[in-house]
Amino acid sequence: MAAEGKSIDALSQFELGTVLGPLGASVNFTQSNMHMLIVAGLILALMHYGMRARALVPGRMQSLAESSYEFIHNMVTEQIGHEGKRYFPFVFTLFMFVLFGNMLGLFPYAFTFTSHIAVTFALAGMVFVVITVVALMLHGKKFFGYFMPEGAPMWLAPLIVPVEVVSYLSRPVSLSVRLFANMMAGHVMLKVFATFVVMLAGLGTVGPVLAILPLALNVALIAFEVLVAFLQAYVFAILTCIYLHDAVHLH
Amino acid sequence: MSKQDGFDKRLNEARARQGLDRAAKDAGPKAGSYGVGFRAGVEVFSALVVGVVAGLLLDRWLGTWPWLFLLMFVMGSAAGILNVFRLFNPRGVKRD
Repeated sequence: MAAEGKSIDALSQFELGTVLGPLGASVNFTQSNMHMLIVAGLILALMHYGMRARALVPGRMQSLAESSYEFIHNMVTEQIGHEGKRYFPFVFTLFMFVLFGNMLGLFPYAFTFTSHIAVTFALAGMVFVVITVVALMLHGKKFFGYFMPEGAPMWLAPLIVPVEVVSYLSRPVSLSVRLFANMMAGHVMLKVFATFVVMLAGLGTVGPVLAILPLALNVALIAFEVLVAFLQAYVFAILTCIYLHDAVHLH
Repeated sequence: MSKQDGFDKRLNEARARQGLDRAAKDAGPKAGSYGVGFRAGVEVFSALVVGVVAGLLLDRWLGTWPWLFLLMFVMGSAAGILNVFRLFNPRGVKRD
């Protein structure tokens, strides 16, 4: 797929294709769907097999399961407060799904479903619906006062309300674009530099020596991508928490 | 396990004395200048997109092209700046 016909083809890695032969083709079961199922299975396996021992001194898997649980638990209680505990399953599921999706995408031959705006926008849209429904359920009509800050003069309302509404509506867009753009940019960069390696390697005698440079850069980029994969999952989860905080406390 | 003998308290005091907790705090993922810059850009971009799309849809519905589009474009820009402002000054007094 790299360097075919001496050109850089960095975007074909995001193309969707069906898997599982004719059965998958008939229901449009793509590799993206397959990786989502794998991620869901991995998370369930981590939680189930990790916590099966229930040891007082946790082993590796139990440690991983417990620290991810506590990480999100602390985040939820810190950001939302004690009322926030009931949203813990939601935030935890989102965080683990995004984190595992990002991380799995870094493996060779794997597909990063979080590099598709359709996936991230669906997740962010779900967050948006949840925060709006939570705010409406907890506060009823008072929720609409959110769009008119207290203490602002009334004659400014025609200006403030549309701006606040647009700002509120931009939440799912910024949430999804941030995750999607980070993942996609990272994978494009990896692919571009990997193509440089192949192109330079075929460049006579001096080529293979020069090819070490983009190769070294790719090694560093992979490490950077691991950081980005975690950071973006963290940002997604913490922004969900901040939005839930706004929905619960409304000010 | 044994909270009654104040072990946790003494442990925390000892950790604070040795400066161990500071390292733990710094280890958390913090957005660097790159992260903040990217976030600010995304906030402006998304607010603009929402404003422009809302303006186009309203124009199509009410047949007022291009006035609502222009109005919502300005509103979107304002919302983008508001988003960036909120990035640094979150709404309400929280987490103090």
